[in-house]
Amino acid sequence: MDKPFNNKAWFLVLPVFILVAISAIIPLMTVVNYSVQDTFGNNQFFWAGTEWFVEVLHSQRFWDAFLKNIAFSATILVIEIPLGIVIALSMPKRGIWVPFCLVLMSLPLLIPWNVVGTIWQVFGRADIGLLGYFLDWLGISYNYATNAVDAWITIIIMDVWHWTSLVVLLSYAGLVSIPEAYYQAARIDGASKWKVFRYIQLPKMNRVLLIAVLLRFMDSFMVYTEPFVLTGGGPGNSTTFLSIDLVKMAIGQFDLGPAAAMSLVYFLVVLLVSWVFFTVMTNLDADAPEKGVQD
Amino acid sequence: MFELKNISKKVGDGYHIRDVSLRLEKGSLNVLLGPTLSGKTTLMRLMAGLDKPTEGDIIFNGESVLGVPVQKRNIAMVYQQFINYPAMTVYENIASPMRISGLSKSDIDKKVRSAAELMKLSEFLDRTPLNLSGGQQQRTALARALVKGAELVLLDEPLANLDYKLREELRVELPRLFAETGAVLVYATTEPHEALLLGGNTATLSEGRITQFGKSISVHNNPVDLSTAQIFSDPPMNMLNVKKSNGEIEFEGEKASLPQELVSLPDGNYKVGVRPHHIQLVKPSEDTLTVTAKIATTEITGSESFIHIEKSDYQWVALTHGVHRVDIGETVPVYLNPSDFFFFDGHDKLVASPARLQGENN
Amino acid sequence: MAKITLEKLAHSYFPYPKSEADFALKEINHVWDDGGAYALLGPSGCGKTTLLNIISGLLTPSTGNIIFGDQNVTRLQPEQRDIAQVFQFPVIYDTMTVAENLAFPLINRQVPKDEISRRVAEMIDILDLGAKANRKAKGLTADEKQKISLGRGLVRHDVNAILFDEPLTVIDPHMKWQLRTKLKDLHRQFEHTMIYVTHDQTEALTFADKVVVMYEGEVVQIGTPEELFDRPAHTFVGYFIGSPGMNVVPADVQGQTAQIGNYKVALTKSYGDLNGNIELGIRPEFVKISEDTKGMPIQITAVEDIGRYKIIRATVDGKPLDAVMPEGESVPTHPTALLDSSKINIYKDSHLVRVEA
Repeated sequence: MDKPFNNKAWFLVLPVFILVAISAIIPLMTVVNYSVQDTFGNNQFFWAGTEWFVEVLHSQRFWDAFLKNIAFSATILVIEIPLGIVIALSMPKRGIWVPFCLVLMSLPLLIPWNVVGTIWQVFGRADIGLLGYFLDWLGISYNYATNAVDAWITIIIMDVWHWTSLVVLLSYAGLVSIPEAYYQAARIDGASKWKVFRYIQLPKMNRVLLIAVLLRFMDSFMVYTEPFVLTGGGPGNSTTFLSIDLVKMAIGQFDLGPAAAMSLVYFLVVLLVSWVFFTVMTNLDADAPEKGVQD
Repeated sequence: MFELKNISKKVGDGYHIRDVSLRLEKGSLNVLLGPTLSGKTTLMRLMAGLDKPTEGDIIFNGESVLGVPVQKRNIAMVYQQFINYPAMTVYENIASPMRISGLSKSDIDKKVRSAAELMKLSEFLDRTPLNLSGGQQQRTALARALVKGAELVLLDEPLANLDYKLREELRVELPRLFAETGAVLVYATTEPHEALLLGGNTATLSEGRITQFGKSISVHNNPVDLSTAQIFSDPPMNMLNVKKSNGEIEFEGEKASLPQELVSLPDGNYKVGVRPHHIQLVKPSEDTLTVTAKIATTEITGSESFIHIEKSDYQWVALTHGVHRVDIGETVPVYLNPSDFFFFDGHDKLVASPARLQGENN
Repeated sequence: MAKITLEKLAHSYFPYPKSEADFALKEINHVWDDGGAYALLGPSGCGKTTLLNIISGLLTPSTGNIIFGDQNVTRLQPEQRDIAQVFQFPVIYDTMTVAENLAFPLINRQVPKDEISRRVAEMIDILDLGAKANRKAKGLTADEKQKISLGRGLVRHDVNAILFDEPLTVIDPHMKWQLRTKLKDLHRQFEHTMIYVTHDQTEALTFADKVVVMYEGEVVQIGTPEELFDRPAHTFVGYFIGSPGMNVVPADVQGQTAQIGNYKVALTKSYGDLNGNIELGIRPEFVKISEDTKGMPIQITAVEDIGRYKIIRATVDGKPLDAVMPEGESVPTHPTALLDSSKINIYKDSHLVRVEA
């Protein structure tokens, strides 16, 4: 469809374009620049080629952190997606409780990351925290500061508490868009609750669920604030995820070159996964019958 | 006057509109008749200036309007879907095109009220469109188009989504209401019946081309070719292949003599079209072609019944008055009077229309 | 399969209806035959969807009972009523194939496996979906999807009735008559009781043996297409069935004569002395326009030539009167209208006055 009368609209897009350039493209290019050079300070740079990339990809430290990230993302997806769906299914579809449930579900999403971290950090402390104290009282030994498993569990609970709502809200949006006739037809066909879920609700939700998985994956893969606030990556290196390692490397050790190379690899992984999701989603769309638009 | 000069619209390698020329007079009603995908909507978008033609020119009152943006042209358009401003009342909806024209408040009020009166919306002026029935919503859209005082009014199947009784009523009202404004009215529809009821002129569209343009009833009675005849017939015109020799025609072994006017046709094979109401179930007094056919199904519209029949590979539809229930699967004789035949030659051009219609309405 | 009895059935969406007007469905009493094809016909808001929802069990009526065969199902849920329904927009299970869609209701009812495959194969054959049996149902056209919805009802042998809620809404016009024909075929083959809701007269009259015409929450007539056309029980039926609709002209009726303005029309029956709002109804098909001086003088306001006939819009004594003129006849200069006495119906307060001949 061509509307050739004027192209003024492009000028209106220009400010956004400039803003994106300054906020994203220029910093990214700087990172690319760092990743292929070496420096000893004083703003003196030497060409290093792919040296830093080779180093990063061969370092045990990188792969340890990378595996931790994968494990973390996989765990929270396995918990949050089904939990989110179950909560969405049990929410009322209409009536006076709908706004109440929606507001309740939105509340965790409104809390900033570092506050969530602080809340749980205090909540879990054995001396003054309600949860820590309670578990201690039950005779369960729990200490995220010294026990790696406890630290992991705490971070996962934080993330689940903070972000399951997002999955709930997206699933709920998918659910309420299903026409009533589908449920009626299924009842008439004698379908069980499980079959209604399997053959009506799930297929109708799959698109929003893909978005939910994608968002939760990207976000959890870049997890930083929670482990940082809780233990700063400890105990030991047990919660040192890529992002935490990156900051340690870049700011703690001032190894700009390797840090830049690592962040690029990190960036490419996120990009790759997002691209795979995007392709899957567009393929799903292509399955739908094509409809003529002319006339 | 509104004129399209050799307009084409190419999309990719294909033409959506091909070499269309039309001259539409002020105050005239013009129907674009064609099946879905024949290019009606594309042509309307070109007329409105929403799309630009690949070739050709559009002239309004002697000047080319190709470079004029839609907002600056004085056009009103109503679509098949009911499009209104959902947050405004019916009153505000109707008044909206006049708000920017600088009319005084009392003038606007007067116009809104008279348009609402004509469209039978007076009692709903304070409601919002979503609280109205489909028919009332569409009447609101039509009232808005009416008060705008546009010089070109484009109606794209405006009644398609309405109940048929409402459609019947609005179909009678619409041409009258817009004729009074002196606008060039263009009305797209897929239904031949509607084109005839609206009257005025009809342009038949097939695959992006205009096959014929003229007074609706004369296009209907004397279609230039087979595709025009098919577009202007619902259910489709019944086709049969006949052989003409001397004063006789032959179809599947059955013979009938031709009326005097048609004897002069050159001998040979013809495609013959017969309109559904000319397939008769009761033997008329005239000499006819008698064909035995099997009844496939019947449809009843109330005043009329459609009877679908099969004869060898031919599938025909007969239209009869009143309610007729015929047993499906039964074999019955049907009678075809050669005086009712449309004769098409090997190039699908019309060579003879029903004898009785020749000279009429031309 | 079962006959359906509607017993003093009425419904109001208000918890405490105060007057007749609060009822979306006014009281009806009727028995629908086992194996019959019924259409509920009327404009939007006439109560036909309310009635359908009561039959399917989505709505519990305010008063009265609905009985399938001998079983009172008024308070049963849809899934307990053994009915099938085809909705306005096709409902199919996207992720299943055509065959799996058809098997679904049988699997849910624990029908033996070989029985399922036999019935599904048979149904695919009946619906002409053979080429697409193993395709995902998602990519099919609207009419194919509607056939599948219908098929899910037909594969079951236990259905009491199949309900249709404007099933042709999303079907392309040229496909409509094919699907209608298919429906009729299937009705004849399976002899299920079928109830079809529509606002389209052609769909209703073509599909049904008996048409239930509804208007403002009331059943105004139940009859065959012929009865609706020849003897509309209510002026609304006359107006709604047929196009153009029946002419309804105010008249004075005394004995065997009706008077319109100054013009007297002889009737075939004697109506005695009628009081109230009396109207004469006659279809445009039975109004003959000519120059016959015995006819009623009329003023022609418009002529619509639609090829196979002309519609004459005229007025008599200031009241509109339509007539249909056959192809080939031309409009006279001093037109008069002759009414076919045998086709005249007399209405009192909009309802047909029935008298013996």
